[in-house]
Amino acid sequence: MDFSSLNAVAMIVLLIGAATPILLAAIGELVAEKSGVLNLGVEGMMIIGAVTGFITATTTGSPMLGFAGGALGGALVSTLFAFLTQYLHSNQVATGLALTMFGLGLAALMGRNYNGIKPPRTDRLEVPGLSDFPVLGELLFSYDPIIYFSVFLVFAVWWFLNRTRGGLVLRACGENHDAAHSLGYNVQLIRFGAIMFGGACAGLGGAYVSLVRVPQWTEGMTAGVGWIALAIVVFASWKPWRVILGAYMFGGITILQLSLQALGISISGAYLSMTPYIVTIVVLVIMSADRKRASINAPACLGRSFHASH
Amino acid sequence: MLRLEQRQQPSKLMLYLTPVLAVLTTMAVGGLLFVALGIAPGRAIYLLFIDPFVDRYNLSQLFVKASPLILIAMGLSIGFRAGVWNIGAEGQFIMGALAGGAVGLALWGMTGWWILPLMAVAAALGGALWGLIPALLKIRFNASEILVSLMLVYVAENFLAQMVQGVLRAPDGMGFPESRNLGRNEPTALPDVFPALGINAGGVTMLVLLTLAFFLLQKHALGFQIKLTGDSPRAARFAGVKPGVIITLCLGVSGAAAGLAGLFELTGAAGKLTIDFPLGYGFTAIIVAFLGRLNPVGILLAGVVLAGTYIGGENAQFMLKLPAAAVTVFQGMMLFFLLGFEILINYRVKRLRRAV
Repeated sequence: MDFSSLNAVAMIVLLIGAATPILLAAIGELVAEKSGVLNLGVEGMMIIGAVTGFITATTTGSPMLGFAGGALGGALVSTLFAFLTQYLHSNQVATGLALTMFGLGLAALMGRNYNGIKPPRTDRLEVPGLSDFPVLGELLFSYDPIIYFSVFLVFAVWWFLNRTRGGLVLRACGENHDAAHSLGYNVQLIRFGAIMFGGACAGLGGAYVSLVRVPQWTEGMTAGVGWIALAIVVFASWKPWRVILGAYMFGGITILQLSLQALGISISGAYLSMTPYIVTIVVLVIMSADRKRASINAPACLGRSFHASH
Repeated sequence: MLRLEQRQQPSKLMLYLTPVLAVLTTMAVGGLLFVALGIAPGRAIYLLFIDPFVDRYNLSQLFVKASPLILIAMGLSIGFRAGVWNIGAEGQFIMGALAGGAVGLALWGMTGWWILPLMAVAAALGGALWGLIPALLKIRFNASEILVSLMLVYVAENFLAQMVQGVLRAPDGMGFPESRNLGRNEPTALPDVFPALGINAGGVTMLVLLTLAFFLLQKHALGFQIKLTGDSPRAARFAGVKPGVIITLCLGVSGAAAGLAGLFELTGAAGKLTIDFPLGYGFTAIIVAFLGRLNPVGILLAGVVLAGTYIGGENAQFMLKLPAAAVTVFQGMMLFFLLGFEILINYRVKRLRRAV
């Protein structure tokens, strides 16, 4: 077999592209979970972002407006979940599932006239002189703006959660909502905001799928990326920097299995297509196996509804 | 100002009224959605919610669609009661159909009454084993059964694609990625029992299993332990309930039920294995389980309602050029409204007067 066509630099560039939707969705979900909310609707918010981003980009002709449209779409649809779980105290697991189903349906309905259209191209950010520099130039300066933004976002989330008062309050809501409430913080409102931030990130990730990764609109095109993002948060032990590690690892697996399929290796394509999902399961098992560590890292109030008694 | 006040006791009336409210609100808001899409709302609502239950042909399809939904939802509801979230029924449905279908195809050309029951056993086992993977990983490694069972749906879909292109492909099928037609082969075809409502042998099995589930949950100690685990895991542990046993049981039973549903779909409505064989029943069944209040009788009614929207959706697609996805939107909306209205069970809405 000829492996020489697998160029390491090109593969790394590709894997970062493949990882970016997962990274964006996962960092948003991390913030929501840090505030104590388990939102299983990531897949639904992503697909809504994919379709609203695609529609905005094709009608305005601007990919940047498209990404904004995707983030807005994701944030808007997440308010349904936020309202139900925060003010009507509905079960977070069930409501998240409802959000995913509703999102998949609504996206298909919204996008039904957009099949087979090419979106405007998202150009990479050219840095004069550096982007054409061999190896390093390609590794560091050959990406589109969203990829740089996604890495910046991880830094921003880390800084917010660990270095600001607002981040401390948000984490307090996730660790002990009664204590946060008795200090006078509006737990429900803070969680509402965290959910919307998660929705915007997932929507942006979805728009990245439909505008850059594929680039096209097809029904159900996120194909479980939202669920993988949920697993990445567990993998990262709720730490922002590890989200990058997890997402890029998954990008790597995706690109590797795609290149193996393209090489026509003797393993059948269907088996190779399973690998990202199987690896997700393996990673979940490894990260959850140490019960003590898992329970220290997870926000203590994750998934619990808060209702002020007075 | 409105405020919520906790009730002393959960309201029984609201417990039964909220699913009805959810369906009615979905019809109303759905009507607005149709207006937004430029479709006459009255006719569309009629097609989706009334016509499936009055038209003779539609009635003959009702339980063809409702039986798998109810069967899967029944299995899921047992788990949901215990706080075990199996959301990968779609994968267990596929693996059941594959296991049962493989047995039927292996015995191709043979006759005998025992073939179909044997296929059913294989399907239940196939679905149960697929459901036991998340159970094992949950018990042994504490891995979230939600994410594992869902990931396994994608694995099962790819496995199905591999099988219909590979060993299960029809030898005389001109290379199409599909199996032989088990529905047109006397020993493997699911017999009809009451065709006017679309009740076949699978429907009868479903009704029997539903009755068993009813007695398990209402009358048997195990049913009590399942409910106790869901309501208060700590109390259950003190009462000597082993969480591992409950998790294994819940995922095994719901997997077996979904696997059986897969076989009935295969030998009944679908006939053969193809890549497009799964229709999303495994996900819709989650809505059926909730709309039916995780109660066997409620699930029966909810399954019929959602089967109606499937049938109505197909007709509306054909007659009104309504996109297929509209039905999914309706189903998602129904679950949203249901979850929202649930607050009325434990809280009452009070008007708050400002103190002077």
